Amino acid sequence: MTALAIRGGQLLDPAAGVDAPRDILLRDGRVAEIAAPGKLKLANGAETLDAAGLVVAPGLVDMHVHLREPGQGYKETIATGTAAAAAGGFTAVAAMPNTTPVNDSPEITRWMQAPERGAAIRVFPIAAATRGSKGEALNDYAALKSAGAVAVTDDGRPILKDSTMRETLAAAARVGLSVIQHAEDTRMTQGASMNLGPASFRLGLRGMAPEAESSLVERDIRLVADLRDARVHLHVAHTSTAAALAAVRRARRNGLRVTCEVAPHHFLLTDEHVGLYNTNAKMNPPLRSAADRDAMVEALLDGVVDAIATDHAPHATHEKEVEFENAPNGITGLETALGLALRWLHREWKMPLGRVLSLLSAQPAALLGLKSRGTLAVGSFADVVVFDPKAEWTYRALDTKSKARNTPFDGWAMLGRVRWTIAEGRIAYTNPA
Amino acid sequence: MSPTATPVRRQLATPPAPASPFPYNPGSLLSLQDLSLDGVSRLLRRATELENQNPITRGEILAKRRVALLFYESSTRTRTSFELAAKSLGADTTLVSSLSSSIEKGESLKDTGLTLRALGAEAIILRHNSSGAPWLLEEATRLPVLNAGDGMHEHPTQALLDLRTILGHLREGAQAVDTQTLAGVTVAIVGDILHSRVARSNMLLLPRMGARVLLCGPRELLPELAATAGPGVSIERDFDAALRGSEVVMMLRIQAERLAGLQLDLEQYKAGYQLTGPRLAAHAPKAVVMHPGPIIRGMEVTAGVADGVQSAILEQVHNGVAIRMAVLERALTTQGEHA
Repeated sequence: MTALAIRGGQLLDPAAGVDAPRDILLRDGRVAEIAAPGKLKLANGAETLDAAGLVVAPGLVDMHVHLREPGQGYKETIATGTAAAAAGGFTAVAAMPNTTPVNDSPEITRWMQAPERGAAIRVFPIAAATRGSKGEALNDYAALKSAGAVAVTDDGRPILKDSTMRETLAAAARVGLSVIQHAEDTRMTQGASMNLGPASFRLGLRGMAPEAESSLVERDIRLVADLRDARVHLHVAHTSTAAALAAVRRARRNGLRVTCEVAPHHFLLTDEHVGLYNTNAKMNPPLRSAADRDAMVEALLDGVVDAIATDHAPHATHEKEVEFENAPNGITGLETALGLALRWLHREWKMPLGRVLSLLSAQPAALLGLKSRGTLAVGSFADVVVFDPKAEWTYRALDTKSKARNTPFDGWAMLGRVRWTIAEGRIAYTNPA
Repeated sequence: MSPTATPVRRQLATPPAPASPFPYNPGSLLSLQDLSLDGVSRLLRRATELENQNPITRGEILAKRRVALLFYESSTRTRTSFELAAKSLGADTTLVSSLSSSIEKGESLKDTGLTLRALGAEAIILRHNSSGAPWLLEEATRLPVLNAGDGMHEHPTQALLDLRTILGHLREGAQAVDTQTLAGVTVAIVGDILHSRVARSNMLLLPRMGARVLLCGPRELLPELAATAGPGVSIERDFDAALRGSEVVMMLRIQAERLAGLQLDLEQYKAGYQLTGPRLAAHAPKAVVMHPGPIIRGMEVTAGVADGVQSAILEQVHNGVAIRMAVLERALTTQGEHA
């Protein structure tokens, strides 16, 4: 494999505590050398990328995406989804198991990682917690883990039965996997298609009460506390309500291993953005009240939130061009996460650049137990994003690498433009501009 | 927000919701919010003028124009009055209903709309069981779309004909309205507010002319959230108290088809919210009694009240034709700026 030298950039590696002008040499898929500008010793014959004026950072890690394969290739394929990820600066994504069939087996877990899928970056499957995600029989977590699964979840079909969730947490802990819960008491959200509030009443749509999320988070935390096992790790997916965050905050204070992620749309948008039935503003959990949205921002700034995850959920155009109640949940997010996080979290709300990047790389990598990722220390995987932190640009859904265009961020101003994404030493994306 | 949540320390500047591109077509009537009070006045005036016009000359206004009625829900009053209104103006109408059409075979609303447009429809009147469906249809076809009731959301022509009925009783049939026209008037809307598009449209329209809207019903059918619907709207759970303060009482049917598993004790409901002769005589002997229909006699109103001297229920039905003639004329003759 050829070597790649990235020269003249500002190396920003929060996990290693580095924020300095550095040249970096990638060789054989790993970081081989880091040196002061012009001082690389081992760069003979290496191809050079000129990163003058650019930030060189660990490739981004998205711990919550839907790549739709196997079974729903008309929405997205692993190839197109990872191409969009690379365009967004991501070098690793964790793919949810709500595929067709559900990824509840080592065979599917391996199939998703096979070279034939044509992934542009690394895909880490998250396997189903129960058989067929039906919330009944637990899967063989040891076998799934050795096939490459990095966590278990029944995302979208939350585990409601206390006993099943307790067994899931205990069994996953025994093999060192975390349990990710899409926290929604679906008994409380039948027929609902947006947040319960003044907007849902006005629009005549059935609403999901915030308590449907927070009550399940609270239940799960009680189960974690009852298990009294330090290996148990509960991760709350796409947290959207102030009450759920408050529960996570309390659990953490009590020393429990409970973590959470927040999606860009939940720290930016409110249920008012549903507008007049915009199905590209329909997802689950739904856009919430302004108070909930403010709580997301607050929790990101004060460190309660462990990761930013996109919940990239591509759908075919025709599936979203239907009555609001009948439209599937989800929006795409891989190409807009960095630009929105920099534009709003960093510029508007003054989060240091290093912290933004950490929430998008080092922290999710650590949550998934990905070794030697989320950092660019020598010896780590050569997963790199090189971006212009000052570049302002406008996102156009038409230009997406994804198969899908279901985003509420079409036409939005972004800050920070990816120049190159390098996955394990190979250039996975080059900005044509 | 939960009381245990951490208070927000910062003032957040956040992205605003984008401006609405609707309506795309100035002839559309998707929501009462699309109409200014001048626009409402114009429709009221034209309703009366059209009603009084010679049927022969009236029939030339939309002669041979093509109007499609697209109905995903059953309807007697709305469908018939739209159809009669269109025909009174000379338009050709065609009815597509979800049963007995390709909708049954899975054709989408978008494709159905595009098909009707390709067949020459110049306006589409849509009744749909999903809130928001008229917006989808308008965006897809860009034709004038008239919302004839969408899910639990709105029913603009019903609110307009209700307004005409109220003005007939309380304001000598006034045809020009402004922000004070209904000042001092209280309208009680009683019953299944949660599932009612009629209630939502009236809540949007009547307070703009100064009326006070009192919502009345049990918690299951009238959540506290309803009080956020806008200025001039409040909740009164005690039916007798609501009746005592109201000049108009609008009774609503319990929408069994939208209850979605909600269990109601109907005997208890009737004890609390049925409008009976004695109740009306005791608390609102002069109030105008209205009902958008269909009436379930013996449920929300007794037969005696429905047929009684205070009932304006059939006047409402009658007013539907005139209002819908005006709305159809606006749909097919409006150019440029809508109002």
